[in-house]
Amino acid sequence: MKIMENKARFYIMLFLVPSILGFIVFSLIPMISALYLSFTNWDVIGGAPDIIGFKNFIDIFKSVEFYRVMTNTMKFISLYIPGILVSSLLLALMFNRTMKSVAAFRVLLFIPVLTSWIAGSIIWKSILSGQYGMLNNLLAIVGIHGPAWLTDPKWAMISIVMVSIWKDLGFFSLIIFGGLRSIDRTLYEAAKIDGANAFQILRKITIPLVTPTLFFVLVTTIINSFQLFPQIMVMTAGGPMGATQVMVERIYTYGFRYFEMGYASALAIVLLIIIVTVTLIQMVLQKKWVFYE
Amino acid sequence: MNKNLKLKDGSVFFVLAGLTIVSLVPFLWMISTSFKGAGALMSIPIEWIPKEVTFASYVKIFTKLPFMKSLFNSILVSVSSTLLTIFSASLAAFVFAKFDFKYKNLLFTLFLASMMIPIQVTGIPIFIILMKFGLINSYVGVILPTIFNVFGIFLLRQYMKNISNDFIEAAFMDGASFFQVYWKVIIPMSIVPITTLLVVNFMNYWNDYFWPLIILTDPNKMTLPVLLSKLNTQYTTEVNTLMAGSLVSMIPILVVYAFAQKYFIRGIQEGGIK
Repeated sequence: MKIMENKARFYIMLFLVPSILGFIVFSLIPMISALYLSFTNWDVIGGAPDIIGFKNFIDIFKSVEFYRVMTNTMKFISLYIPGILVSSLLLALMFNRTMKSVAAFRVLLFIPVLTSWIAGSIIWKSILSGQYGMLNNLLAIVGIHGPAWLTDPKWAMISIVMVSIWKDLGFFSLIIFGGLRSIDRTLYEAAKIDGANAFQILRKITIPLVTPTLFFVLVTTIINSFQLFPQIMVMTAGGPMGATQVMVERIYTYGFRYFEMGYASALAIVLLIIIVTVTLIQMVLQKKWVFYE
Repeated sequence: MNKNLKLKDGSVFFVLAGLTIVSLVPFLWMISTSFKGAGALMSIPIEWIPKEVTFASYVKIFTKLPFMKSLFNSILVSVSSTLLTIFSASLAAFVFAKFDFKYKNLLFTLFLASMMIPIQVTGIPIFIILMKFGLINSYVGVILPTIFNVFGIFLLRQYMKNISNDFIEAAFMDGASFFQVYWKVIIPMSIVPITTLLVVNFMNYWNDYFWPLIILTDPNKMTLPVLLSKLNTQYTTEVNTLMAGSLVSMIPILVVYAFAQKYFIRGIQEGGIK
């Protein structure tokens, strides 16, 4: 638009000031500073930071802890990703029926999404408590002796996965439901006329056409998997015996408990590199399975 | 997909009902536990419904613990952050949607790229910047970073692009100032996406944890999630107190949800809820 070019220029700048300032102060400068800090040993109290080269990164990759953190994250991903993808797809397929009551279920199943991670985790911490918890007392009714979910290293991460699926199901099923709704109905009619059965329609029409949405869900859930934090802090605090230590929990611990800002920044940079790499790999791989009309 | 899957509506109904019960049972547990006395917490067999209903936990969180203060803090921080985000994002979105200027595309691309960077990476330097300005343990320290919200700019820009230029030109012809066009033409016409942003951001800020945890260390300044997580480590055995606190922290967001449900759905499908 060419309205009063010169006068407009001043206002254009003025209107952009809050966002540009915010971008510079809360994104650009911090990004550069984080990179700089990752090469220092800054600990807040000890005056100016010393540049120590790649020492932080070498320390990270030499530490047992980093591999434990990665193993824990992989364990989470290997259970959570298939779990959330399959369950939210199935739920979305159910949402996609014409039944009247479906809308009410959609509304109710969204409540865990509205709940803060902290409140949700506090509730689950009590449910999963070994002796007085709801889950084990329910299991006892059918004669199963449940484990000490959150304090047994074998079960702690599995518990985190369970709770995370509970929290996220309502969210991702709605996203996939949105994808299902955008599929052209006439395709189903045509397939039926051609004599396709329900399973064939699901496999040959519904699933391929919803792959762009599934791709979005996959990218988002994997990024989220590297950023687990509140549920860990409340339910296990990284324990038992480091079985639920994860990247963000470590960054917080080093940065804001021990004030080793240099080391914490290096961890954060490693996290960023992992997230960007994993996302780029998925972008490349999507050509193999994501179907665009 | 409707009638062509062999599954009957009836069986789908039962699966959905079962799933809904499993999803909501934790909240019943929360409610039940919050009304238990200290003794009932550790009774075996457990009391599914407390034999003696007591409001002691609710009295405790509001009299002995700074919950009232925290409720106020949460409301103040969430409402201010939401308004700041919408103000700043709508200004930028208007300009991005309706005007051409130098480096427009570069700037927009930079904004979008910055969305990729997680808060944990920029968090430490932002903390240091705010510390230099004496904003640690202040509401401003929590609110101020929300001034830059790429998703808000993006969502509003998409919508404002579709507002006809005729309205804007007519307003300028009538002698309206630049700001009047924004306030009297653009904003009223963008009420739907603005409400979506309002609801979505309010929820995100209400439930936010990482950032307020870092900035607010004084118990009197803490938002509800931060206070709750602190109590979680201090009052490990007082589950009834923690449950009462969790329940109270959920009520405002549930009220907003009850009134603005369709905007939450919009927000999700536009990709705005984290």
